[in-house]
Amino acid sequence: MTSIIDDKVLAGERIDGAEALELLKSNDLLRLGFLASAVRKRLHPEPLVTYVIDRNINYTDVCISACKFCAFYKAPEDSDGSVLSFDELRQKIEETKDLGGTQILLQGGLHPDLPFSFYEEMVSFMKGLDIHIHGFSPPEIWHFSEIAGLPVPEVMARLKKAGLDSIPGGGAEILNEECRAQTSPRKCGASQWIEVMDEAHKQGLRTSATMMFGHVESLEDRIEHLQRIRDLQDRTGGFTAFIPWPFQPDNTVLAHLPKTSAFTYLKMLAVSRIFLDNVDNIQASWVTQGPKVAQLSLSFGANDFGSTMIEENVVAAAGVSFRLSESEIKTLVEGAGYLPRQRLMDYTLV
Amino acid sequence: MIEQAGLGGILQKIKSQERLTADDGLRLYQSSDIVSLGYLANIVRERINGDNTYFIYNQHVNYSNICTNLCKFCAFGKAADSDFAYEMSVEDIRRKVEERLAEPIREIHMVGGIHPELPYSYYIEALQAIKSVRPDVHIQAFTCVEIAHLAEISKQSVEETLQELAAAGLGSIPGGGAEVFSPRIREKTCEKKLSGEGWIEVAKTAHRLGIKSNATMLYGHIETLEERVEHLSMLRDAQDETGGFMTFIPLAFHPKNTELANLSRSSGIEDLKNIAVARCFLDNFPHIKAYWVMIGVKLAQIALSFGADDMDGTVKEEIITHMAGAETEQAVASSHFISLIKEAGRRPVERDTLYNTITEY
Repeated sequence: MTSIIDDKVLAGERIDGAEALELLKSNDLLRLGFLASAVRKRLHPEPLVTYVIDRNINYTDVCISACKFCAFYKAPEDSDGSVLSFDELRQKIEETKDLGGTQILLQGGLHPDLPFSFYEEMVSFMKGLDIHIHGFSPPEIWHFSEIAGLPVPEVMARLKKAGLDSIPGGGAEILNEECRAQTSPRKCGASQWIEVMDEAHKQGLRTSATMMFGHVESLEDRIEHLQRIRDLQDRTGGFTAFIPWPFQPDNTVLAHLPKTSAFTYLKMLAVSRIFLDNVDNIQASWVTQGPKVAQLSLSFGANDFGSTMIEENVVAAAGVSFRLSESEIKTLVEGAGYLPRQRLMDYTLV
Repeated sequence: MIEQAGLGGILQKIKSQERLTADDGLRLYQSSDIVSLGYLANIVRERINGDNTYFIYNQHVNYSNICTNLCKFCAFGKAADSDFAYEMSVEDIRRKVEERLAEPIREIHMVGGIHPELPYSYYIEALQAIKSVRPDVHIQAFTCVEIAHLAEISKQSVEETLQELAAAGLGSIPGGGAEVFSPRIREKTCEKKLSGEGWIEVAKTAHRLGIKSNATMLYGHIETLEERVEHLSMLRDAQDETGGFMTFIPLAFHPKNTELANLSRSSGIEDLKNIAVARCFLDNFPHIKAYWVMIGVKLAQIALSFGADDMDGTVKEEIITHMAGAETEQAVASSHFISLIKEAGRRPVERDTLYNTITEY
């Protein structure tokens, strides 16, 4: 073992980007598991693994962004694209509540024609059904700002007033401008993503943060991503959780790229836990990894199983179709020696 | 962290190459600290195999699913009058092998049910047919359970039967049919099957004739941890006597379409634990296999850090586990094995059945 880094981590000290890169380049998976488990145990001495009951609602699949890693969107000229009606929204929300769900993860494509008022009305309508709305990733907020000709703080304030409760960390992909220019040039940039999250935190909206890795980025780019998240968190403390998951290439423009292996996933997860010492929670991605690897994630830094995802469309469009019920999640968590606990978006226990 | 996990004593034993007791084995199974178990197993793995990680280019042939044993954990075996029963003629087997003559297949892996009617000559002719179209291939065929059955129908000793099979082309014996050796488990799940002692006896007889074999354990049904340790102990004792086992392969029970369908599937931690404990305990087995057909390619790759040094083969048309609801792939290309193994920081080695190196990558 290279003991300088290990000593730092085990003493509760922060490691820098170069040290994180060294860990990411190492193939000593068990060492990463030890270190990540030590950090996880320091932050979460109680033997709990949390999960949330919610549903992903994608209000539209029409999107002008055309990201190369996405298998979900429909181009505006494609007649298959659609926008959910408020009746459909109501039905999905009522089903969610009947299943014990506490929140809706609301995300959609960057629609060219819907006015900003549509989103305010949608949030306000949903809020009337009494459910937590975890909605609109930074690229959507940035898009609203552009179509409405309003600054981001005002867009955010108006959505909050309409009933928005928190913001999901999607659309982060890799927070490196060069990677974004290559894969998603029409979407908000890395600094803009951070700017939106900064503003959300200032307005008291909690958010999560994600990373989609394993496409065109280098290991250095991944570390830049983690560094940007940690820096903002030092300033605001507004991130509740970090969720890394590997790019799923099927049905995308980047389908020729190899799939990230489980070994690489667990390494990335562990390094995220070790480096992001100021983000409380790390989520396992059972949707992309399946139940077996998701359970192992709990030994590589994850303390949260994410959501039951009563509905999920985006990863499914890329040919990955793992499904887990609440009872299956509980069994997996118990099998790993932890107590499963349902939580809310802000990680308070139900 | 090993000390914190209460495994400090076992760590010392493993470092000094001292044999683990049954009680040590039990403590390992009882631990939920999978990273610590991996650390212990990896010491043994690297001592015996370094970074080498083996795979083989092979072909599976399941000649018939007709079986008189009808074990409760099996979704493959069918009664002779079942609508789903099938059997291949010797000609069918020959054709299966011929279909893939263009591929660099090193091993034919052939197993089937305990068929009530097929004559002894069928098995001899099946081996000869394979050898006639593919003379250089190694045939790994007939579990100890099938061998005992063949001895019975040929009215010969196991030794004589094995000699005849070897003369017809049998190269080695796969590890199936071991299940869990405990009489309690066999009575409850597979009462008609060859006993645990009987299984070990066939394997040892083969070893004495110079025929190598593998060993398995089917975990995750109704067995206790004590019964798993007992199973491993019996294998370790037999190996001390003969040295004829090459590889131990823990097999994850797949409940779907079996009489035990009410049980749940093994979890990722269970799968890794069975590999890691076996690697620590079976100090006289050269190899531990992560059988990806059972646990999936993702887990098999992770298992390379938890004691496994073999990822089995490229396999096509695997039927037995897929009948029990396995959602794993049917075939994995050699190039995919090579990249998975390299990504895990190990050295890919394509092998033949007896672990001679074909190509290092």
